[in-house]
Amino acid sequence: MFRIVRKEELSDVVLLFEINAVDIARKAEAGNFFILRIDEQGERIPLTIADFDRNRGTITTVFQKIGKTTHHLAALNEGDYICDVIGPLGKHTHIENFGTVVCVGGGVGIAPVYPIARALKEAGNRVISIIGARTKNLLFWEEKMLGVSDELIMTTDDGSYGKKAVVTIPLDEILREKDVNLVIAIGPAIMMKFVCITTQKHGVKTLVSLNSIMVDGTGMCGSCRVQVDGQTRFACVDGPEFDGHKVDFDLLMARQRMYIEEEKEAMERFRATAEVK
Amino acid sequence: MGKKEKKNRVKMREQDPFERARNFMEVPYGYTPDEAVEEASRCLSCLKPTCRTGCPVEVDIPSFIKLIKEGRFIEAAWKIKEKNALPAVCGRVCPQEIQCESLCILGKKGEAIGIGNLERFVADYEASQGEIQVPEKPQPTGRKVAIIGSGPGGLTCASDLIKSGHEVTIFEALHKPGGVLVYGIPEFRLPKVIVEREVGYIKMLGVEVIVNAVIGKLHTVDELLNGHGYDACFISTGAGLPLFLGIPGENLNGIYSANEFLTRANLMKAYLFPEYDTPIKCGRSVAVFGGGNVAMDAARVALRLGAEKVYLVYRRSEAEMPAREAEIHHARQEGIEFMMLTNPVRFVDDGKGNVQAVDCIKMELGEPDESGRRKPVPIKGSEFRLEIDVGIPALGTRSNPLLLNTMSDLKLNKRGYILAEEGTGMTSKRGVFAGGDIVTGSATVILAMGSGRKAARTINEYLKWKYWDFRG
Repeated sequence: MFRIVRKEELSDVVLLFEINAVDIARKAEAGNFFILRIDEQGERIPLTIADFDRNRGTITTVFQKIGKTTHHLAALNEGDYICDVIGPLGKHTHIENFGTVVCVGGGVGIAPVYPIARALKEAGNRVISIIGARTKNLLFWEEKMLGVSDELIMTTDDGSYGKKAVVTIPLDEILREKDVNLVIAIGPAIMMKFVCITTQKHGVKTLVSLNSIMVDGTGMCGSCRVQVDGQTRFACVDGPEFDGHKVDFDLLMARQRMYIEEEKEAMERFRATAEVK
Repeated sequence: MGKKEKKNRVKMREQDPFERARNFMEVPYGYTPDEAVEEASRCLSCLKPTCRTGCPVEVDIPSFIKLIKEGRFIEAAWKIKEKNALPAVCGRVCPQEIQCESLCILGKKGEAIGIGNLERFVADYEASQGEIQVPEKPQPTGRKVAIIGSGPGGLTCASDLIKSGHEVTIFEALHKPGGVLVYGIPEFRLPKVIVEREVGYIKMLGVEVIVNAVIGKLHTVDELLNGHGYDACFISTGAGLPLFLGIPGENLNGIYSANEFLTRANLMKAYLFPEYDTPIKCGRSVAVFGGGNVAMDAARVALRLGAEKVYLVYRRSEAEMPAREAEIHHARQEGIEFMMLTNPVRFVDDGKGNVQAVDCIKMELGEPDESGRRKPVPIKGSEFRLEIDVGIPALGTRSNPLLLNTMSDLKLNKRGYILAEEGTGMTSKRGVFAGGDIVTGSATVILAMGSGRKAARTINEYLKWKYWDFRG
């Protein structure tokens, strides 16, 4: 059992949990993820590791309320326990001094970008960060990102905060004006797809972190398979980071929608029982 | 006294095929005490019993059958447990017909004694009586052993080592112990309460089981051996990564590896969705590709999830199928449609990213290949289309590199499995032993258990002398 030591509402739909997981905190690196299962009836879902504190023995995750499991999770409070927390999973980000790196975070993707930006900054890179969301209240961690970036650009689709733009607009400008050695993008698949189209134009290597559906997270089931450079790869053990220019994003998006009907059914059922309570 | 009457094996009663094909309850009901005594009484009590030599974990078969004859069922269970910590599991899933039972003298002219049926009976009987006996704790040796993976190999190794007085910890990556017994073998073949019971027994012996522990990620083997103070380590992680067909469309929605399909259904209880959160595509028309036990399991699960049609597509003929005869028989009885000498060529998209059909080609058997089996070759112009909405390749697995990648000093074989000495489980790395599918590739529960037993024996010696001599 894993205790939630801190819960923070970053917006009405985005939440932060700091979870007590001493062993995972000791081993976690930027780019890793973990899997949790709330209770005996729960499904296993992958979540990103947005931060870790080796001294406190905690990992931090940020998630958006989307389906049944994330709504259920959001209903938990500080002091509550999560049945299973498994990690750190996936290959961590390869960190070195590349020169100038642009870190792009979209929506809840801002959270996992943060430790990567921090590690890149510590390794001596010049870090330019772009964080974007649909609207102001979905944007978070401005200060934290500012602390690990040489430059920070914020965008919202509706212009309620920062630039009224999608992240690819300032990205394109930066790539036109500056010598960039690497782009790292984490966010919705559609955002990562368009980031890759943008960076391909400029011939800048781009890493993306793929958020496919998983079960075990250790390579055993193949639920998370993605196509990279025409090859079937497992996001959980071969990834989650891949060369974005080689990823078949349309397939990723189709596979993410695989259980859309079941998700709806589970959500309705969850709402109904929540109301009864 | 009249002439000795030759009796046939006492049949185990089963659920009706049409009924059971729609539920997840166990297929056979098990013997009643009377039936067990009747079956045991067929045993000739040979002076030189051969059955025993066919058991990979060396169960004293003649003795436990004798105890059943005498109605001493609990003692019979204890007799088995001297050698086998998982009797209720083995009674259900061991291929006895090619092991102990194949050597039974009765089998020469009639039916071999139902050793598996009897083993299952006494294990279930003991549990139903609530008289689980735990042997006395041995003198502690002060030695610690880490076991990686809680499948049949790991559990057997753990139970042997704990009986020798060592401290034993099992690290399990999933949230439930049991390995393939919980994620792979379906409820109707091996009810999960039975696995829980047997794992519970091993815990009662004193073994510590830590779930959610992905070794290679959470801790490395070196950390276990050095920082955590373990004197030896047994790797029994199973084979791992599922193989796919390598044909177009295999990543469409609705295509599952058998591992995934079974894990969702068994471990995650997706057949109880939405009461349980994990979803699964049940499918109306399902094709399973492969001819092993896992293929049979996947096909029978698909049927129970409500599929109208379940095809078993296999590129060779039924004679070459590696599955147990009983599994093939059960699958056929339940209405699985066998399409032998057929190979899938491509999966067809419905335009929305879901599979809607599979194109197949008919095969014929040609010259024998390196496996000694006649090689299937495609028949030109025999392509046909099969409408499906779920496709399940059950082609076996390959070595999972997650742990092995963190052990550069561990020698692997050409296929990426751990190089371990036959009969001892010793590897090229001092203090590290390995067994089960991660050494042999996909095999059976009992063979993994056998390797766990042999490794435990060598680990015992190693812990005394700390002598390492690997001849790989």
